[in-house]
Amino acid sequence: MSWIDIGALDDIPLRGARMVKTRAGCVALFRTAEAEIFATSNTCAHKGGPLAEGIVHGRRVTCPLHNWVYSLETGEVQGADEGRIATYPVRVEEGRVLIDGDAIGKRSAA
Amino acid sequence: MLAVTLGDAFAMPAAQPICGCTDLTHEDVRRLIKARELKSQPAVWQELGWRTPNGCHVCRPAVNFYLLADGPLEYQDDPQSRFVNERKHANIQKDGTFSVVPRMWGGITSASELRAIADAAEKYDVPTVKVTGGQRIDLLGVKGEDLPAMWADLNAAGLVSGHAYSKGLRTVKTCVGTDHCRFGTQDSTGLGIRLEKRLWGSWTPHKVKLAVSGCPRNCAEATCKDVGIVCVDSGYEIGVGGAAGMDVKEVERLVKVATEGEAVEWTVAFVQLYREHARYLDRPYKWLGKVGLDWVKETLGDAATRRALVERFDLSQTIYQTDPWAELAVREKARAFAPIADLTLEAAQ
Ligand code: SF4
Ligand code: FES
Repeated sequence: MSWIDIGALDDIPLRGARMVKTRAGCVALFRTAEAEIFATSNTCAHKGGPLAEGIVHGRRVTCPLHNWVYSLETGEVQGADEGRIATYPVRVEEGRVLIDGDAIGKRSAA
Repeated sequence: MLAVTLGDAFAMPAAQPICGCTDLTHEDVRRLIKARELKSQPAVWQELGWRTPNGCHVCRPAVNFYLLADGPLEYQDDPQSRFVNERKHANIQKDGTFSVVPRMWGGITSASELRAIADAAEKYDVPTVKVTGGQRIDLLGVKGEDLPAMWADLNAAGLVSGHAYSKGLRTVKTCVGTDHCRFGTQDSTGLGIRLEKRLWGSWTPHKVKLAVSGCPRNCAEATCKDVGIVCVDSGYEIGVGGAAGMDVKEVERLVKVATEGEAVEWTVAFVQLYREHARYLDRPYKWLGKVGLDWVKETLGDAATRRALVERFDLSQTIYQTDPWAELAVREKARAFAPIADLTLEAAQ
């Protein structure tokens, strides 16, 4: 894995999200707890809703367009609906958020 | 009693809980927030035994509203507990773009405002410009990252957010009244503007739309609004609980008053009573269906109660009557509207 520094942890609001543009498409970064981040595709499997705009609760997000709920750990849709979105390795180090460059189609400069 | 009358098989229907996070109803939660003086969302989740760590997309916006309505000074609004439209202060469209609607007080605008709107539409490549049913202009198809700059431009021309996205005061539709119409009995436009200036920025359980017509010909369609005022020679007829959405409802008469000042007082008191008692996402007509118009008439009929409601509304407005566009267009806040990073721009290896 090659970790790429995306930005400061504090630029993502607690129980909120931000979007990052990558070669593999738009990726959403969710801050589910003080120092806990998940990364998934930003695009809802239903009709493409922007997941970074959804309400983040527990380790889940609700799509803002028609309320599909995703597990951020598995990328799987919860409840009766069926679907899955890609998840990406991400970690927090010294207040910075790092994402796996290989997984998002971009190697780190190092 | 009911069991005796209806037989053993009868079971009281279980009251509908807010969501899967709790067994409590909206009414329970509103009552317990007051009774136990809960001042924060974590306090609600802990004290009231939520099953989830921090709620879900159903209860979070409701609890956030109850806390800010009951404690405008103590509680701080939580943007992360708001639906995207209220967090971004724009309406999200089905393709993920947003629409922008500046406020037009009482439906009145000017050449310079229209010029600023036209300039913004050109500058930000707005594909659709539409006149709304609430007497203002909707700019549709704006990219999320363009919002702060567009707001700053509109702000510079004196335009503020029309809250077309909020569970809050939307529009006050008016007709031209005595200013221009030969049938006008009162200054319906002036009263509409006065009401909109007083009520804008307030959060309510659901959206609130008003209208003021200058005579019973009712050109502003006041009889299907949450609060609709029809001017007559002898004063102002205030109707409440109208709707023209999934349900169509005609307003019912709340009161008739003689002066414009009284019309404003009754309207503000009614809105505050609704804010304090209604369940989140109940429009006024739904709430009235539960508590009954008679109870509302009786409550508001007491002059001291009415004044106290108006005072509490005005207190809340000292916090919430601010233009969100002006607040979010500043640099640090505006950054949140852009991607945190763009990894497609870096040079390929
Ligand atoms: S409602 Fe009456 S006063 Fe207003 S424009 Fe219509 S006719 Fe004129
Ligand atoms: S697009 Fe996400 S739920 Fe429909």
